[in-house]
Amino acid sequence: MPRSDVVLSIEGLSISADVRGETVWPVTDVHVSVRAGEVVGLVGESGSGKSLTALSVPRLLPENVRIIDGLITVAGKDMSLLTDSELSRVRGGIVGMVFQDSLASLNPTKTVGQQVAEVVRLHDAVSRTQAEAKAVDVLADVGLPQPRERFRSYPHQLSGGMRQRVAIAMAIACEPQLVIADEPTTALDVTVQAQILALLRRLVDDRGMGVLLITHDLGVVANVADRTTVMYGGRTVEDCTVIDAFEAMRHPYTEALVASAPRLSGLDSAGDGIPGAPPNPAHPEPGCPFEPRCSHAQSDCVVAPPPYITANNGHRFACFHPLLAHEVSRG
Amino acid sequence: MDSPILELHDVSRTYRAPRGSSGSKLHALRGVSLSVMPGESVALVGESGCGKSTLARIAVRIEQPQNGTVLIQGQPVSQLSRIESRQSRELIQLVPQEAGASLDPRMTVGSSIAEPLVIHRRGDSRERATRVADLLQEVGLDDSLSDRYPHQLSGGQRQRVAIARALALEPRLIIADEPVSALDVSVQAQILALLRDVRARRDLALLVIAHDLAFVRSVADRIDVMYLGRIVESGPANDVIAHPRHPYTSALIAAFPDPDPRQRNHRAAPTGEVPSAVDLPPGCSYASRCDRAEPRCATDDPVLVELAQHRRVACHHPID
Repeated sequence: MPRSDVVLSIEGLSISADVRGETVWPVTDVHVSVRAGEVVGLVGESGSGKSLTALSVPRLLPENVRIIDGLITVAGKDMSLLTDSELSRVRGGIVGMVFQDSLASLNPTKTVGQQVAEVVRLHDAVSRTQAEAKAVDVLADVGLPQPRERFRSYPHQLSGGMRQRVAIAMAIACEPQLVIADEPTTALDVTVQAQILALLRRLVDDRGMGVLLITHDLGVVANVADRTTVMYGGRTVEDCTVIDAFEAMRHPYTEALVASAPRLSGLDSAGDGIPGAPPNPAHPEPGCPFEPRCSHAQSDCVVAPPPYITANNGHRFACFHPLLAHEVSRG
Repeated sequence: MDSPILELHDVSRTYRAPRGSSGSKLHALRGVSLSVMPGESVALVGESGCGKSTLARIAVRIEQPQNGTVLIQGQPVSQLSRIESRQSRELIQLVPQEAGASLDPRMTVGSSIAEPLVIHRRGDSRERATRVADLLQEVGLDDSLSDRYPHQLSGGQRQRVAIARALALEPRLIIADEPVSALDVSVQAQILALLRDVRARRDLALLVIAHDLAFVRSVADRIDVMYLGRIVESGPANDVIAHPRHPYTSALIAAFPDPDPRQRNHRAAPTGEVPSAVDLPPGCSYASRCDRAEPRCATDDPVLVELAQHRRVACHHPID
């Protein structure tokens, strides 16, 4: 049973897609949960299925993509039971969304203030003046300098960092319980990325919402997430606290990913990467998707995918030959 | 002493400012000097708009600077004859940004790699085929990929093809513009390892252009940090990362999200964003964001001076 503070629960999600007449399986048996006041980093490389998993929550999947199986609940509500009009109240209401490309997600013909105010009026029964006042407050809260003046700016008149602040303002304007942020800092310079991550963390701490942060960057996860869910080949392979993900991971893929992550502190430890390439969802193998690249693989790994099991401390992983906690020695 | 393979001396380049901006000129490069010695690996690091890609295009002569000199093996390119110019182009090869995506989609991998050999009239078709097979092997790709098209390869494989293509003319220097930024982390490390191998095997010089200090760390001997069209700090790679002297370098390092949840560093985020290269403020261009700035910084533009051996910094108040 989902606990009362669970704002997002995804259980056993499977997604199929029709690509040029062929059916592919980009997401298979995925499990994700986010509690109030928590940032969960959903990490994976391209093709891991992380973005489709995120888009399936507010039902924003492309037309050729279908949810085949699984239960998605937001604040206890089964999303599959909602009508279209109920879903549009959820989007921007209890679920806020932030995407990578703020220039594409903002309307170029409206001022940023109008756009934030519009979100407020769609979801709250307030007057235009009240909505505009709230928009200014939210723009101030996301750290937009001179929010009253910038209210009348168009997106192209703002820098990339300021546009992403506006996109975050739109996502949080109606006090959502859950924010889904898909690579929100990937297009930004590193100094601006640091500002946006600090902002996200502060908003979570101030407002107590849950955040599902989709990223390919383990450094981003290390710096803002409380918990980490790792995806590979369309499956969730590990779910644990952020400290455990870096220091006591059980899945060999998580270990290899952490070892590949570039770092500036201490000595340069960059390895040679993970040999091989991620699997092709058009040709799924019967066994564990990581088996061809895994240094722990044995003959049983090619037969069937390992089940996603939960250790007694709540640490979840899917591997027949996991690392033992004492195997991980990382300074 | 050998002369540098590539030397830029006080190079400047402006563009017409985009429509609707307040000024008339965008200053992409403002008096940049840089050299790469034979076998040396230099990284040029900076955020978007700092001029690093313009510099790469000038180094391979896709573009000309308005001021300053470009020298190849000690010879100013403006004084080269046609034949010398052609020969000198073979010495320096560019792996462009998103090189994988820039491969001709209608050309097989083999023809893409052979194309520079055809253009520079090297060998007959049989010799070229042997050469392509050797190059594929050198970058860690199977021979059989020669007949494939770019869309049939993964991103990492395409990047390997782009590197093989750049190696075809046996250059002495490869300029790689953001060689890994479009790739997945596990593949990035593979490509960086390949660049290190190729460099060691061929005693090749590298100029790696990147926005990310952590990636270049494993391939570069020396780092030049750029900000708004200027080099603001230069020094041995590990030294610059461990002891940055310019406040901007220090901010870049502080902002980098290290993959270590026990060292959360977002509180160190520098304020503000890079100002427009159209409306350049007088004085130091970093002063508006700098926590060490003093009144002098707003009026006097600091020049790059040697603080210690091999350490150059353009700052009135460098970090000790």
